[in-house]
Amino acid sequence: MSRILLRIATGATLAFIYFPLFVIALYAFNESVTQGWPISGYTTDWFGEAWRDENVRDALFLSEQCALAATAIALLLGTFAALAVARHRFFGRETISFLVILPIALPGIVTGMALNASYVRFGIDFGLLTIVIGHATFCIVVVYNNVVARLRRSSPSLEEASSDLGADSWQTFRYVTFPQLRTALLAGALLAFALSFDEVIVTTFTSGAEQTLPIWIFTNLARPQQLPIINVVAVVVILLSVIPVWIAQRLTREPTGVGGIAAAAAGARQ
Amino acid sequence: MRLGALLASPLAWLVVAYVGSLAVLFVTAVWRVDAFTGEIVREFTLDNFRTLWETDVYRRITFRTVGLAAAVTITDAVLALPIAYYMARVASPRTRGILVVAILTPLWASYLVKVYAWRTILSGGGILNWALGPLGLDGPGYTTTGTWLVFTYLWLPFMILPIYAGLERIPSSLLEASSDLGSRGLGTFRRIVFPLAFPAIVAGSIFSFSLTLGDYITPQVVGNTNFIGNVVYTNVGVANNLPFAAAFATVPVLIMVVYLALAKRAGAFENL
Repeated sequence: MSRILLRIATGATLAFIYFPLFVIALYAFNESVTQGWPISGYTTDWFGEAWRDENVRDALFLSEQCALAATAIALLLGTFAALAVARHRFFGRETISFLVILPIALPGIVTGMALNASYVRFGIDFGLLTIVIGHATFCIVVVYNNVVARLRRSSPSLEEASSDLGADSWQTFRYVTFPQLRTALLAGALLAFALSFDEVIVTTFTSGAEQTLPIWIFTNLARPQQLPIINVVAVVVILLSVIPVWIAQRLTREPTGVGGIAAAAAGARQ
Repeated sequence: MRLGALLASPLAWLVVAYVGSLAVLFVTAVWRVDAFTGEIVREFTLDNFRTLWETDVYRRITFRTVGLAAAVTITDAVLALPIAYYMARVASPRTRGILVVAILTPLWASYLVKVYAWRTILSGGGILNWALGPLGLDGPGYTTTGTWLVFTYLWLPFMILPIYAGLERIPSSLLEASSDLGSRGLGTFRRIVFPLAFPAIVAGSIFSFSLTLGDYITPQVVGNTNFIGNVVYTNVGVANNLPFAAAFATVPVLIMVVYLALAKRAGAFENL
């Protein structure tokens, strides 16, 4: 009896979680400009329309640039930090993990405000660079978490053996550490990309006049005639963030503890 | 590789770009804007905090924000428990794996798109009113109730996953002992499962609480009232009063510091 109830509750919760995503996917094919329900007719025209919209294309391009640059920086810094924390003992090791998590543990508005205040303070012009600095800062944690989890599962004795056999530290990294980390790095990079691609709260404070795709959606919400295009963009954004995440999950079998959840927190709020 | 070489760049980035920015934020909070020129005056003053404390509207907004965060957190905990329990204690390992992916994947789908989807659903001619209409009911529309519903939706996966992980760690022997001693399902839940899962629930609540506290987009898109985030955002943009925005932004930070301290005492950090 209670099992049946639990099963029903589980089904209902899953339906609740997926319902809005399906609704918006249906609306992307809505023939009419008004967003009423039920949908009177279906068309794929809006996809072409969205693609021809110069602002949408520019925003997509900017989002991709930001996500790629932020991912590259996060990949480098996150891996370095992970190697330091997982393979060395030193004073203040706990502080490093704390520092890495802080940018997404604090409400997004605090991170956004803080960056905004210091850009203004030091006279840095808003643009691609200021967006990337913000995104990279909160993307480090995703890479870091994936790499730390992988390093904790693999034994340092392999690396010790490598250096006993005369490899220098670069050779050890290239031939022993890196091959073990490869899928964790790829997963971290995919998650960082998804996180950056979606971010809106921090970005509203760091983008100035530039428009990433989420910012484009946000500024166009108030314009009824733009809604059909927003629907299409929404579906594309969902796919561009869900597909990398899905691949990343297949690449790593690591349990998702606070890393995954907290990192997602950033993706979600932002 | 050497420790110093590994640590230098990430540490430099985080300290300069992030900790430095936070410091600037807190310093800005004790500056003020000249009423005539609109320029920031770099002199120490607690005026912003005094305004926050003494102005009725800001006090109300702070309480309203905390109240909403608490309401969202409780609703999420109630909704998350059954599915988390099913995943951890009833489902087969295969189903469990599928369910974890099924909950984790949409959690990463764009936050803004989800809020926008709800805006469509809650609109006057939207699907919710269409479904409720025959029953003679109306959806909440763009109100605080709507905001509560959307926040609950947004942070639900963040609540499910830690509770699931916490429930999975409860040894089966405890549940068997409870039923051997004659306790029914509900008694076992109240006396065994809930107390043991409580730290995990608190762990999940950190996300729902913190994320609601700092959000300004959801209330703007599906609501009609101001929360802390909205005031901060308006003061950065339209009102151009960065010091006041910075001062108000320290409020959610302080609330979270207290909340995290309480959560730590409840043992939530072992469940993250």
